Amino acid sequence: MKELIEKLSSKYELQEVVYQRDNLVFAAISKENAIEAVTYLRDYEGYTHLVMMSCVDWIEDGKYQLLYLLHNPKLKNDIGIKVYIDRENPEMVSAHHLWKSVWTYQREMHESFGIVFPGSPRLEENFVVEGWDETPFMRRDFDTHEYAEKTYFPRGNRKTNDPAEYMRKKLYPNQPVTAKQRKDDK
Amino acid sequence: MINKFLGFKPDEKLLPSQTVTEDTEIDLSSHKYQKIWLGPNHPGVTGNMAIELTVQGTTVMRAKTHVGYLHRGFEKLIERRLFVQGFPTSIRMCVAEPDTNEYFIARSTEELSGYADAVPEYANWLRMLSLEMARLAGLLRGVPGQGGTFALGIGVQWGVYLRDLILDRFEELSGARVYHMYIIPGGVRGALPDGFKERMEDNLRDIDDFIIRIKKLMFHNSVFKQRAKGLAVITPEMVDKYGIVGTNARCCGVKRDVRKDNPYLYYDKLDFDPPTATDGDVYSRTWIRWQELIQTVDLIRQIMAKMPKKGDIRCKMPNVLNWKIPKGETYVRLESGRGEMGMYYVTDGSDKPRRINLRGPSYNHAISVLEHMLIGQDVADVHAIMVSLQTCPPEIER
Amino acid sequence: MSELDLNNKTSEMLANSEANVKNSKKNFTRPEDEKREVVAPDGSIIEVNPLYDYFSNEKPKEEKPRGGVVEKFLNWARAESIWVLGFGTGCGSIEIPPLVTPRFDMFRYGVQMRPTPRQSNAFIISGYLSVKTLKRVIRTYEQMPSPKYILALGSCTINGGMYYDSYSTINRLDKYIPVDVYIAGCMPRPEALLHGFVKLKQLIKEGKAEKANEYARNFDEYKANQKKIIKDWNMPDYNW
Repeated sequence: MKELIEKLSSKYELQEVVYQRDNLVFAAISKENAIEAVTYLRDYEGYTHLVMMSCVDWIEDGKYQLLYLLHNPKLKNDIGIKVYIDRENPEMVSAHHLWKSVWTYQREMHESFGIVFPGSPRLEENFVVEGWDETPFMRRDFDTHEYAEKTYFPRGNRKTNDPAEYMRKKLYPNQPVTAKQRKDDK
Repeated sequence: MINKFLGFKPDEKLLPSQTVTEDTEIDLSSHKYQKIWLGPNHPGVTGNMAIELTVQGTTVMRAKTHVGYLHRGFEKLIERRLFVQGFPTSIRMCVAEPDTNEYFIARSTEELSGYADAVPEYANWLRMLSLEMARLAGLLRGVPGQGGTFALGIGVQWGVYLRDLILDRFEELSGARVYHMYIIPGGVRGALPDGFKERMEDNLRDIDDFIIRIKKLMFHNSVFKQRAKGLAVITPEMVDKYGIVGTNARCCGVKRDVRKDNPYLYYDKLDFDPPTATDGDVYSRTWIRWQELIQTVDLIRQIMAKMPKKGDIRCKMPNVLNWKIPKGETYVRLESGRGEMGMYYVTDGSDKPRRINLRGPSYNHAISVLEHMLIGQDVADVHAIMVSLQTCPPEIER
Repeated sequence: MSELDLNNKTSEMLANSEANVKNSKKNFTRPEDEKREVVAPDGSIIEVNPLYDYFSNEKPKEEKPRGGVVEKFLNWARAESIWVLGFGTGCGSIEIPPLVTPRFDMFRYGVQMRPTPRQSNAFIISGYLSVKTLKRVIRTYEQMPSPKYILALGSCTINGGMYYDSYSTINRLDKYIPVDVYIAGCMPRPEALLHGFVKLKQLIKEGKAEKANEYARNFDEYKANQKKIIKDWNMPDYNW
């Protein structure tokens, strides 16, 4: 895995290289070079199997993180290429020409995060929800609990307990609450 | 022959051209085509999904998969639950083999919090036993289910009964029939009950008997052979292009099995060889699954023989209510009955997961592969192709 | 109109609607739902309105029980032949195959599965309902001939259960369609389901399973609730 990362870093600028396991490494590449790097890995390094594409919403940094996870069937190891894109104006180069399964992932991400992949087929079609006119539902700023309470007639009398507090009351009713526990509860 | 005798002459213009491909042009206003919907109720044993078929006569010209009927938004829900609360939620992502999901989430949290090597040996063997039992339960529905799509209903009756016996063993082990919640972070929830091995052996003997009977019923049946042979062929070139995994990849000679490629738990200590075939059609896919049935029974016997008699079932873990996992990300995979399944797990140092994303084999099988393979097939074979790809919609939409 | 044109038109419409009404609700009308004229193979022109039910666009009507011995006899007959629609809406449907097979054998209670809503009078809502499925469930329920009964399976039909905070699944089923019997659990065992059937039979025999009439009586209320969450309502209000 080390050799591959050295080879890659001689071509592209890599950031945040993390060796998670012996056979799994994550590396971040800039938005411009990402698809080129993925194509290189597929065609020359034998990473022919696209395991998955995913997206993480880092709302604090104002960024979306895309992930292309590739698997090498010969060496039996994986590399995850991470790409950070702007959250305000999310747009990414489409990779649907590389694998036949990519457009499905892109269609899902368009619906659940609102990321635009120009040129990707059937991008505007519904994937899992019908008639959705709120914020894309996987964004961190969409509150699913609030939406459900507003829309779906919650049945009253639903009791919810904070697990930590409830367990302490049940198990140790006579013990005073320490400052650390109070801090942990928050 | 009969047409000639009756003097019936079909209108050649209305018949589909001999070779229908993805590029064949379709003019919907020409009154030659019809759109029919297959689903969203259960077509066979595959779950709720719909296929929008454009047909000419009985030939499928276009197919579009519609999913989302089982969408519950797990990935969003888990983001607002503690690690331990997210656990019972996440296993409901796949109802056929829920143990696979238990393993992902347990393994990813252990790996990210640094407890990966702390899990006791006995617990790992029990995990393997539970995973293989889940695979067996899935196959007992899947193999006869393939016959069911060709109207061989009796196999399904036998299979469901035997699956119920395995569910009884699960009930003994974990207390639940369908959603077991057995594999938890740090180990498993209970040790093997007394006399479990004997009762399991009893059931396995019944299943051995069933395996021989189902062979006679399905693979010696001329109708099944005629309809399944040469139907919906997967070629080795398609495997990487479409991301085909598991038995669907092995049916055309591409040997992909996570248990062999990236051994997890103690699969490297077991003696097995994943079956492969070369034809790539529905028949060989069913044949492989039938062989896998034999293999799984054998694996359960091996596991029960090789596992230690006693041991710890759990390692010491931090208080789950205040459990914070440092920032990190990982991908854990395993071989389910349908193929490679995995989970991308991101934490950000708080007490809740940042993001989880399930990679189910059906994500590719049921959408891009199915839409490609249905073109040019007969409407009557659509069920069979769906079941032979082992599509499971809950893992597409989560 | 070819498929390509249709797709182009959809994306055009989407672009237009986004440009015109920013920050307002999306327009869900699809081009295939619009009124249009179709040329038949013989050259005649037919006007088509896909959202109009040409067979019947009438509201359901309440059916008064006949009363006396006749009603008792009818209820006995109804209770002994419950035909269930084979539509598994959620994960609870995995416990239905064991019921059909010899181990739990529900045929001994006169219960059997039917492939079409036209032949069935009981509907098992087997678990959580996403909004997308609810739309299909409503259409299917309305197509079933009366008297019809609904068994709601699992905690998620009662109060949302595990998915109480999900944006995609409904919380209370009885706000959208009337429910005769609830079967609690996640997921309920096959024995619990059988018990549900026994309970339903008891209700029918006592003449208390009149939920189809309740649906007709409170039709407007149910429709308002349904339309609140199904935003792309592109089907007739009631269909037979």
